[in-house]
Amino acid sequence: MGDPTQAEPSRAAPGGTWRSDRIAGAGLALFAAVVAWQTRTLPIGTLSNPGPGYMPLVLAAVLAALGLLVAWRGGESIALRDLRWPELGHAVKILGSCAFAAAAFEPLGFRLTVLAVSIFLIGVIERRPPLAVALVSFALSFGTFYLFNDLLKTPLPVGVLGI
Amino acid sequence: MLDTLHNLALGFSVALQPTVFLYAVLGCVVGTIVGVLPGLGPLAGISLLLPLSFGLSPTTAIVLLAGIYYGAMYGGSTTSILMRIPGEAASVMTCIDGYAMTQKGRAGPALAIAAIGSFVAGTLSLVALMLLAPPLASFALRFGPPEYVGLLLLGLIVLGYMSSGSMPKTLAMAAFGLLLGTIGVDAMSGFFRFTFGVFELADGIGIVPVAVGLFGLSEILLTAGQDTPPQVQKPTLRELIPSRREIAESVWPCLRGGVLGFIIGIIPGSAHIISSFVSYGVERRISKHPEEFGKGAVAGVAGPESANNAAACGAFVPMLALGVPSGPIPAVMMAALMIHGVAPGPLLMEQQPALVWGFIASMYVGNIVLLILNLPLVGVFVNILRIPYAYLYPAILVFCVLGVYAVNSSVVDVWIMLVMGVVGYVLRKLHFDVAPIVLGLILSPMLELSLRQSLAMSAGSYAILVERPIAATMFGAVILLLAVSLGPSLTRGGGWRRLVGLDEAVD
Repeated sequence: MGDPTQAEPSRAAPGGTWRSDRIAGAGLALFAAVVAWQTRTLPIGTLSNPGPGYMPLVLAAVLAALGLLVAWRGGESIALRDLRWPELGHAVKILGSCAFAAAAFEPLGFRLTVLAVSIFLIGVIERRPPLAVALVSFALSFGTFYLFNDLLKTPLPVGVLGI
Repeated sequence: MLDTLHNLALGFSVALQPTVFLYAVLGCVVGTIVGVLPGLGPLAGISLLLPLSFGLSPTTAIVLLAGIYYGAMYGGSTTSILMRIPGEAASVMTCIDGYAMTQKGRAGPALAIAAIGSFVAGTLSLVALMLLAPPLASFALRFGPPEYVGLLLLGLIVLGYMSSGSMPKTLAMAAFGLLLGTIGVDAMSGFFRFTFGVFELADGIGIVPVAVGLFGLSEILLTAGQDTPPQVQKPTLRELIPSRREIAESVWPCLRGGVLGFIIGIIPGSAHIISSFVSYGVERRISKHPEEFGKGAVAGVAGPESANNAAACGAFVPMLALGVPSGPIPAVMMAALMIHGVAPGPLLMEQQPALVWGFIASMYVGNIVLLILNLPLVGVFVNILRIPYAYLYPAILVFCVLGVYAVNSSVVDVWIMLVMGVVGYVLRKLHFDVAPIVLGLILSPMLELSLRQSLAMSAGSYAILVERPIAATMFGAVILLLAVSLGPSLTRGGGWRRLVGLDEAVD
């Protein structure tokens, strides 16, 4: 589906502007170069007897070539300045919550982690009424834990506090 | 033929067992909800709900996941028609004429045509799946490593050729996915590759964290901050009945969409999405009244909806017959089978007839369940969209984390999901199709192992890849396709892809 927050692609005259495909293609080529550099620690083998580094090196070369092709063809892609990021602030907060969840998942346990993340997202970020925040957060943390851990027998972490 | 009917009877005896039937219905209901919710497409839905299947038998698990898949295909059309919100990507084309019909007061018939078209095309393509998969599986028993190298390379090139975006960008995404697939212990030498001391990466990157990150989390990041419950029309049962003219106008688009969708479904790529684009283009091209498209043409609803459901069935042909996924959704379903200890491949139909035929029969049952669910209960499903997004996305986020963690009980997988969510967010902002990454990830170990086994078989001679007739045919097709497709790519033309609008679809 289309990105609802995406600006309409600008087809303005090329030249003198940073274009999205140019940047993306160059980024892919750079990533491929880093991968190729990393394969130096692996035996490449020979053409007839490839080693563990052979396939990553070949794929990195293919990705670099395709990245350069994308960049080369990217003269008419959307200009970087036309890309809108209205959701970026929100997205960063959500990512921060996810990072907290990943870090706290095992030490704090599923229920406390989800409770904290839900309260932060619904209460602090979305500024919903406290009662709704409490109800939804408890349902999400304790309800989901009961459904998956107890009913569906999918083990979820309980954390050092035993919750 | 007699064998097929015998096997189908076996399948129905499995699919109609109360437990299996119950999970088929549950899958359809959950899938419809997943399809109705914007942003949660079938791939993210299946990945998120994978843990639900852990305690089940392999047959029940695959039936549940398949139910979610085609349930989502049905559900996606509802919001497209009523609110111009595509519940999932394959319903984008349905938005155009489906919503135009709603504005003309014909929402009910549009929903009915979409549901009946999906049912007819889905059922016809199931018959085709039933007839095609067993002989293809027998044929695939002749495949050795060189044939698999040819098949996988052909699949990747066709993926680029048929993708709904620029071919170099699609192939770059596939190459990125293939590179991700090289992380972990090398199967032939035991070397650790790109693990950077993280022990959990030794087994490679799982498909579920990548899929959930690229599709589930990135969608949440893209749509964050929106919170306006949309206005919803709820047609009554009586209003669902199409007029005689509307029925007549939908019959041929349904049948054409069904055939087209099934064929495209077999071909690698995001078949259900591409099939709806191509079907819409074909219907508009052959219509006597092309000016009606965009203003509520019945064929603009019937064709794409039939095509995307038929493609969903077609995508199972290579998965069941060859053990090779044709797209990210069959790839996740294959991963689910492997979690349950079932090895997909040409021998699957022979060794696990109850599973395969039970699965096929359950799709017949699911199609009927969905037809019954989607028409009378349409009002119930669209009510889900009244839930403010501020409550909905934290819940989806919790399911993302839970679903990813539950597969291996590993927090590293949650971090991988997080990284892939950022990657997916940035790539989608830059108009890249991220589905090929998932496909590349699952094909990568197969491709590398097959290539190295081929070279081991031939004492290092690459001639083995073109000496055997099946492999040679596939490599011939690879070269032909590359020649045909790279020409327009390099000259900035677009060939037939630009003609049917595929090049503009993502770019």
